[in-house]
This record gives sequence, C-alpha cells and structure tokens, in this order.
Amino acid sequence: MTAVELPGVATAPHPPDEDLVLDVRDLRMRYGTVDVLHGVDLTARRGEVLALLGPNGAGKTTTIEILEGFRLRSAGSVRVLGVDPGRGDERWRARLGVVLQSWRDHGKWRVRDLLAHLGDFYAPYATGRIARPWPVDDLLDTVGLTAQADQRVARLSGGQRRRLDVAVGIVGRPELLFLDEPTVGFDPAARREFHELVHRLADLDETTILLTTHDLDEAEKLADRILILGGGRIIADGSPDELSRRVAGDAEIRWTRDGERFVHATADATGFLRDLLREHGDRVQELEVRRASLEDAYMALVYEEESGVRTGRTDRVWQQGSDR
Amino acid sequence: MNPTMAAVRAGLRRGGIELRNTFSNGQDLWNYFFPTAALLVTMFFMRGSTVPGTSFSLGARTLPSALGMGLAFGGMLVLASQLVMEREDGTLLRAKATPNGMLGYLIGKVTLMSTVALLSMLLQLVPALFFLDGLRLASVSAWFTLLWVAVLGLVATLPLGAVFGSLIENPRNLGLVMLPNMGLIALSGIFYPINGYPGWLQGVAQVFPIYWLGLGMRSALLPDSMAAVELGGSWRHLETFGVLGAWAVLGLTLAPVVLRRMARRESGSRVAARRERAMQRVG
Repeated sequence: MTAVELPGVATAPHPPDEDLVLDVRDLRMRYGTVDVLHGVDLTARRGEVLALLGPNGAGKTTTIEILEGFRLRSAGSVRVLGVDPGRGDERWRARLGVVLQSWRDHGKWRVRDLLAHLGDFYAPYATGRIARPWPVDDLLDTVGLTAQADQRVARLSGGQRRRLDVAVGIVGRPELLFLDEPTVGFDPAARREFHELVHRLADLDETTILLTTHDLDEAEKLADRILILGGGRIIADGSPDELSRRVAGDAEIRWTRDGERFVHATADATGFLRDLLREHGDRVQELEVRRASLEDAYMALVYEEESGVRTGRTDRVWQQGSDR
Repeated sequence: MNPTMAAVRAGLRRGGIELRNTFSNGQDLWNYFFPTAALLVTMFFMRGSTVPGTSFSLGARTLPSALGMGLAFGGMLVLASQLVMEREDGTLLRAKATPNGMLGYLIGKVTLMSTVALLSMLLQLVPALFFLDGLRLASVSAWFTLLWVAVLGLVATLPLGAVFGSLIENPRNLGLVMLPNMGLIALSGIFYPINGYPGWLQGVAQVFPIYWLGLGMRSALLPDSMAAVELGGSWRHLETFGVLGAWAVLGLTLAPVVLRRMARRESGSRVAARRERAMQRVG
C-alpha cells in the first residue's frame, strides 16, 4: 500500500466471511464539503486486538463512532458483528462495549450500585455461550476497584475513574470492545494491570478489541495488529513487527575501529556484519545494530502520507482552477 | 425475561437509587429545602392579610397555588435542566451505549422527578398547616382532587420538560425557558388573584399549565365559597382537565420525537466538545 494512492480507486471485492467481527470496506465520511474519511478498509477476527493509530484529525474518532453506531456514515459497507451499525438494534448493542474518554457521569452514584444497575440491562441478552452480566464482585476484582465498591463515583481518582469506565464497558461481557485512549492518566503499575486485563479479555473470552492510543509502546505491547490512519484512509496495516520492518528496511550499524567511529545504514545487516567481521575481526569494537522501531515506522508513514496529501490537495486545486 | 420489561424494572430501580443519592447529597437537599422555606416564610407573613373581597387568609390561598407552581417547576424546569446537565456529563451517552438504556433512563428520571415533586408538596403542606387556617384537609374529596390535579399536572409538564431539555444544548440557555416561566408565575395568580388584570393578560395566563395547576390545587384545598373570587366564579374543573390534558397530549406527542432526535445525535465527540466548552466557562 502506498501513501499516494488516489481516492476513488476501487478495491477488489472480498468474499464474505462469517468469522469477521469487523468488516469495513470503502468507508467514506463527509462533513459538509469536507471529506474526512475516503475509503477506509479494515477487518478484525474474533479475539483479535487492533490498535488504531494516527495523528490528531486523521479520522480515528469518526471511524470509531461510525463502528459504535453513534454516527451515520456517508458511504461504504460496514459490518460490525455481522450487522450494519446504522441499523443496529438493542440486541446488537448488547454485544458491544464502549469506553470513551469524556465520561464524568453518575458522580453521585456508588461504584457497586452503578455496575449492578447497568448490568441489569444485559441480563436478558445472556446466551448459552456468554453469561451476562458480569457478576459485580467479580468485575470489581478484575478491574481492581474492590476497595472502592461503596465509594461515590465523583470521589474516585482519575485512574480509578478510568478503571470504572472500563468496568462499565465490559459489564455486559461484550464480544467487541472499543477503547478510546484507555490508559491516559494511568501510573505505570495501573497501566501494566490494564494491559494484563486486555490480554485476559482477548485470550480467555475471545473479546475482539479495537483501541486507539497515541502511545506506540502500548500499541506494540497490546495489539496483534496495528492500523495507521492518515489523511482519511488506512495507510498501514500489519503486526508491529511487520510495520517496523517494512517501513525503514535499513538498519543502522555503528562500530569503532582503531579509535575511529563508523556508521553505516543497510537493508542486509547480517550480511554486512559478516563481511565486516571477516575483514577486520577483533579490531571492530563497540558494535551496535539498531533496527527501526515502531516509532520510526510510524513517523515515516505519517510523514509520507502528509506530504502525499499535500500533493493531492494541490492537484485538486489545480484541477478546479482549470475547470473554470 | 423480556428485554423491555428488564429495562422498565431497571428504570424503576434507577429512580429509587437516584432518590437515595439525591436525598443524601447536601447541595440537592439545599435546593429542595430553600425554596420551600422561602415560600413558607412568605405565607407566614401573608397569613394576616385577606383575599380581596373576602375575610379569607391570603396566606392560606397562596399555599395551594404555590403547590401547583411547584409541580409545574418540578415537572418542567428541573427535568429540562437535568437533561441538559446529564447530556453534558455523558450520562445520556452512557444510556445510549446500554441496550434499552434510554428507556431505563427516562423511566428512572420520571420516577425521580414525580417522587421529588410529590414529596416537595408534602414538605410545604405539612408545616403550613400549623399556622394557616381554613384549608379543607379533613375532606376525602379534597385529597382526591389534589391527587388527580397533581398526577395530570405531572403528565402535562414532564414531557414538556423533556422537550426543552432535548432542544437546549448549552446549560447557559436554560434561562431562555426559566425567564418566561418566571413571568408566567406573576401572570398566573399564584400569589395574588388576577381578577383585576386586563382581559388579554388573563387570556395569556390561561393558555399555560401553571394557571390551571394553581387553580386545581386551590379547588382541592380551599372551601367552595372561595370559588367566587376565581375567574368565572367557579373552580372550572372541566376546563382544568381540558387544558392540562391538551398540554399532556402535545407533550407526549412531541417528546418521543424530540428525545429520539437528541439521542440519535449523541456521540463521544459531542460530549467531549461540550466538556471543552464547559471547561472554558469555568476557566
């Protein structure tokens, strides 16, 4: 996939797949005359953890809100748990969990009351495979809020509040969970516990998780697959490892020989080192090989896309000019 | 269990929990007690004056009118402001993200609002009995009238509150509903009979529910002889029922449409945008 791909280029139709929890093809969104998404394609299988990355304004929130059924798309085909989110009914809603950033609700409620109350709505949607809702004590324990069970929500600390939001998001034992920047404001210990929780949900309960984050380290730890959204389309899709490899294929090798410093960039680091050591042997000192990190890959991809978009825009302006 | 029934029951329980929460919150209690206390003090000082043309205590006439006003306020303005606030803090989005959550939310809110409105009525009624004379409290028919006027009043005003609460996005704009209502109170004969007003002003007052709620409450609690000082010289139960009923029908027709439109537009980014605005207001 290249960053200069033109909008409007039709993608080949995929065969339908029952196991796909998310199946999005050529999703487009336009606000007034501004195109925010032009042709997003993404899929997720049961139990997969996807991280959606991208600079601010790339369309992450819009994409997620369309998938959550909170916003109607302009065009394209979207299937979430096999259902068009624009027409999702309450039964469909019961299979989703949503954790947003901006909730400050139910401040006067006690933690336990709130979880028990919201859980009640899910009870009729229990199936043979999935018991709903999640028992409150069990859930409190899972998110580490047992000690705060009888506290008022407004008195929770920032990190505890986020954990409550996560608890509310999973009280109905969702098959698909949306997490919007879930660990903002967490201390390192809380962050690690949260990562363990995400792994547990994905591995034991086969929950499919779509999370957004600006923390590349977190994306690398949590996600099976990373999607980078840039300029309104997916500009990269792959495992963290694949992405780092694909983008900056060159590794950087540093060493000293006879007190002199050397730096060399190459795609074939192993071959270069073999030759280097064969030729100079023990005289090579302080050897260091640095692979491109996910961050390098991300920066490169986003830069490429942004410069590409600029070219695209100038093209469009030029075309409009010549039409007149 | 059927999901709708589960949501209705969860909604009723929600109303119960919110009642408990609100009655254990100092700020809320102050908001309930302060207007009540202010009204009681007003009535205390009015107890010596008489309704013009009669020897009946003006304070005793004000009490039932104020009960009617309280119902209109509780039904309309308190519900509207709660909807606006809870849209801003994300409570409504939470309800939207929960299966049948909006139904549960509304049932909870109606339960909470009606209970608070009825409790506030009792709160004003009971202390006032100690210093006001002439109210018909021993009569069964008085309580029956009180009950139907109160229930019909809530059915007429709660949906209107839901409509206003859905249309207003910025809490600052609540004043747009609040101020005209304050004006209506002055017009509606809550504190003083409006017989002396020009006919067109009397006509305006009689379009809105506040006048009829006041009249209905007076008809329940005042002796029949007091009907003579009302417009038309009668309690006009039929008209009261008609006007309140018409508002109820209008509200119940509009509210689902407006609520649905409001709910459809709720999303995370809207809540976030409102929060940004709220921060700017505070900061």
